[in-house]
Amino acid sequence: MSEDNSFVRKEMISERIPPAAERGLVKWVRENLFSSAFNTIMTFISLWVIYSIIVSVTPWFLNGVWDAKTVRECYDLLDGKSGACFAVLKERFPQLIYGFKYPSSEYWRPNLATVLLLIALAPILFRRLPRQLLIFSAVYPFLAFWLIWGGSILTSVSAFLGCALAIICYRRFSSGSFAIAVLVSLIAANVWWIIGGYIVDLNKSLLALEVVPSRDMGGFMLNLLLGTIAVCLSIPLGIALALGRQSGMPIIKWICVVFIEFIRGVPLITLLFVANVILAFFFPPDTSLDLILRVLIMMTFFNAAYIAEVVRGGLAALSKGQYEAADSIGLDYTQSMRFIILPQALKISIPGIVNVSVGMLKDTTLVSIISMFDLVGMIRGPILSSTDWNGVYWELFGAAAAIFFVVCFSVSKYSQWLERQLETDKR
Amino acid sequence: MKTSFILGAVTVAGLTAGAAFAGTLDDVKARGKLNCGVSTGVPGFAEPDANGVWQGFDVAVCRAVAAAVLNDSDAIEFVPTTGKTRFTALASGEIDMLARNTTWTFSRDVDLKFEFVGVNYYDGQGFMAKADLGVSSATELDGATVCIQTGTTTELNLADFFRSNNMSYEAVPVETGSEAVTNYLAGACDVFTTDRSALAARRANFEVPTDHVVLPEIVSKEPLGPLVRHGDNNWGDVVRWTLNALITAEELGVTSANLEEMSKGTNNPEMNRLLGSEGNLGEMLGLDAEWAKRAIAVSGNYGEIFENNIGAATIIGLARGVNAKWTDGGLIYSPPFR
Repeated sequence: MSEDNSFVRKEMISERIPPAAERGLVKWVRENLFSSAFNTIMTFISLWVIYSIIVSVTPWFLNGVWDAKTVRECYDLLDGKSGACFAVLKERFPQLIYGFKYPSSEYWRPNLATVLLLIALAPILFRRLPRQLLIFSAVYPFLAFWLIWGGSILTSVSAFLGCALAIICYRRFSSGSFAIAVLVSLIAANVWWIIGGYIVDLNKSLLALEVVPSRDMGGFMLNLLLGTIAVCLSIPLGIALALGRQSGMPIIKWICVVFIEFIRGVPLITLLFVANVILAFFFPPDTSLDLILRVLIMMTFFNAAYIAEVVRGGLAALSKGQYEAADSIGLDYTQSMRFIILPQALKISIPGIVNVSVGMLKDTTLVSIISMFDLVGMIRGPILSSTDWNGVYWELFGAAAAIFFVVCFSVSKYSQWLERQLETDKR
Repeated sequence: MKTSFILGAVTVAGLTAGAAFAGTLDDVKARGKLNCGVSTGVPGFAEPDANGVWQGFDVAVCRAVAAAVLNDSDAIEFVPTTGKTRFTALASGEIDMLARNTTWTFSRDVDLKFEFVGVNYYDGQGFMAKADLGVSSATELDGATVCIQTGTTTELNLADFFRSNNMSYEAVPVETGSEAVTNYLAGACDVFTTDRSALAARRANFEVPTDHVVLPEIVSKEPLGPLVRHGDNNWGDVVRWTLNALITAEELGVTSANLEEMSKGTNNPEMNRLLGSEGNLGEMLGLDAEWAKRAIAVSGNYGEIFENNIGAATIIGLARGVNAKWTDGGLIYSPPFR
C-alpha cells in the first residue's frame, strides 16, 4: 500500500485580516468617495468647498465680539478684521425671546409655562408614563393662560370648571343621542361661564399676577405660543372636518368641503391680513378681541384644513372591510370611529400631521408682516432699525435659524420615534 | 335668520364704531391711554431701546400729546404699523393718531380721508450709491438697479424721476428699510433710494460710511407729519396745536431748562398764553390751562427734540437745514397762539 500523499486538513486556518484595501476606513473611502473617476472629481470639489467655507467662517466665529454697546463699537474692536458682532445677541437676548414689552420682572412666568408644557405633553407623547399625569395635561392650558397673561386665577378656574362641567354633562347624556349630549354640555358650560363671570368680577385680586396684554407678547415666545396653541386646537378640529367630509349628511358634508377648500385655496398671509386689517373694521374700537386672538383663529383654521386632508388620506387608506367589520359587530358610528377606524387612520397620518404642524410653527414668523413682533419681527423691526444695531444681519438671522432648527428638528425626531413605536408599516 | 342676525350685529358694531369716532378726545380721556401708531422702527424717528422704551423724533410727538391730554407722557399704547397697515389701523379706530414719518399727499388727505395736522419734518427723497461707482449726480443713473421700499411714496417718485429724465432703471422691491440696506450692501442693487433723513441714519452705521455717497439731488418733497381721521376736528385741533406748541416754544425760547421759570409769568404775552398763565386757550381745546406746558416738559421744544434724536450731535447727524425755524431761514413755522 503506497503512502497516501493526499493532504487532508485537520484543523481550520485561523481567520486572517482582510487585505488593507478591503477594510476599515480605506474600504469606506474607496467605495464611497473614489469609486469612479467622476466620483473622485466630485469628492475633490466637495472637499475644496468645505475647506473654503470653514476657512472663511471660522475666523468670523472666533473673532466674534461679545461685549459692545453698539455696532460701531464692534467695528472698532474688530479693527478691520472679519468677525461677528455677537454682542447684539447678548444685549438684546431678552427681546429676541420675550419681545420688548413683556415686563422683565415677569420673565419667570413664560419660562415656568414652557417647563410645565413639557411636563404636560409628556404623558401624551410617551405612552409608558403613568396615566395619572394626564390630569395635569388637562389642567395645563388654563394654568398656562394664567401664567402668561396674568390676572386673577379665578378666571382660569372658572373656565376650567365650565369645561369640566361640559364633559360631565356629555358623559351623563352620551348613552342617548350624541347630538343631545353635545347640546346639553354646551348649554351647561355657557350657563356656568356666565355665572362664573360674575364670580370672577367679585374678587379680582385672588392670586393675581400682573396682567400682560396680548400686544406685549413678542419674540420667540410669541412663535411658540401661536404655534403650540394653533397646532393643539387644529388637530381635533381637523379630525372633525375630515370625518365631516366623509359624512353621509349633505349639509355637514358640504359645510366641511367648502370650509376646507376655501381655506386651502387662500394663502396664509392673506388670512393674516384679513385678521389684522379687515376684521378691525367689523368691531368697535374698544373690543377685547385682540390681534393675537384674531391671528390665532386664522392660523387654527388654516392648519385644521390641512390636517383634515391628511387625516382624510389616512381614512381613505383603510380598506372598506374595516368599516364593514365595525358595523357587523354592532358598533354605532361613534364607537366604530373611536375603536376601529380612527386609531388606524391616525397612525397612518402621523408623518403628514407632523409635517403640517412643523410647517405651521415656522409659518408663525409670517406675523412679522402684519407688524407683530415675533422673533423675526423683532429682528426685522426694532433691532435692525435701532440706531445702535442696524447693519447686523448674519448674527441675528443665524440665531433665529438656530433656535427654529433646534425646535423643529426635535419635533421631527420625536415623530420618527413615534412611528417606530407604532410600527405603522407592519400594520 | 342667522344671516339677518349677523347683519344686525355688523350694523350695531358699525353704529357703535361711528359713535365712538365722534369724540376721540373724550375716548382717550376715558380710556386713560393714547393709542399712537408708530413705525416698526426707523433709526432716530421711532425705535424701542434695549429696555423696550420707545424713543425717537416721531415718538416725541405722541408723548407730547399724551402729556397734554392725560398729564402722563407714558400713558401711551404704541401700536407698531408697517407701510401697508398704517392707514387701515387709523381708519378703523385702532389708533387715535399716526406719527410714523408719513408723507402728506393730496390723495392721502382727501381720498383716504385723513387730516394731516402739520409737518414735523420736511424731508426729500435722495439716492445713495457706493463711492467706487463714480457717480456724482442722480442724472447719471441710467440703467441702474434701485432698491426701493414697496407701498411708499418714494416708489412712485422714483418712477416719475426716471421717466422725466428719460432714463431706465430696474427696481428691486423690498419690504422694510433694513432689508433695502442688506440688499444694497450685498450688491443686489447699485442705488438705494428713500428719504434723505433715513439715508443718513442708515449710512451712519455702515462699516465704512465714507465708501458711500448721498447724491445731491432731492427728487421729491416729503413733508412728514402726524395725522388723524377726518371728521373729528376737535381731536385734530388737539394734536395740531400740541405740535404747534412745541414749535412756538422754540420760537419764543422756551426750553426744558427754563420752562418752570417762564411759566410763572413773563412780560411776553404770547408766552403767557402758551404756558397758561394768561388767557383760556387750553379751555377752548377742551383741556386745562397747563396743557402746553406739560407737552413741552416731556422732552423740550421742537429744537431740543430734533437735536436729541436726530440732530448733528447724534450718530444720525442731520443738520437742521430746511427744518430750521423760519427766523433762521427754515420752514418750521407755527401760527400764533392768540
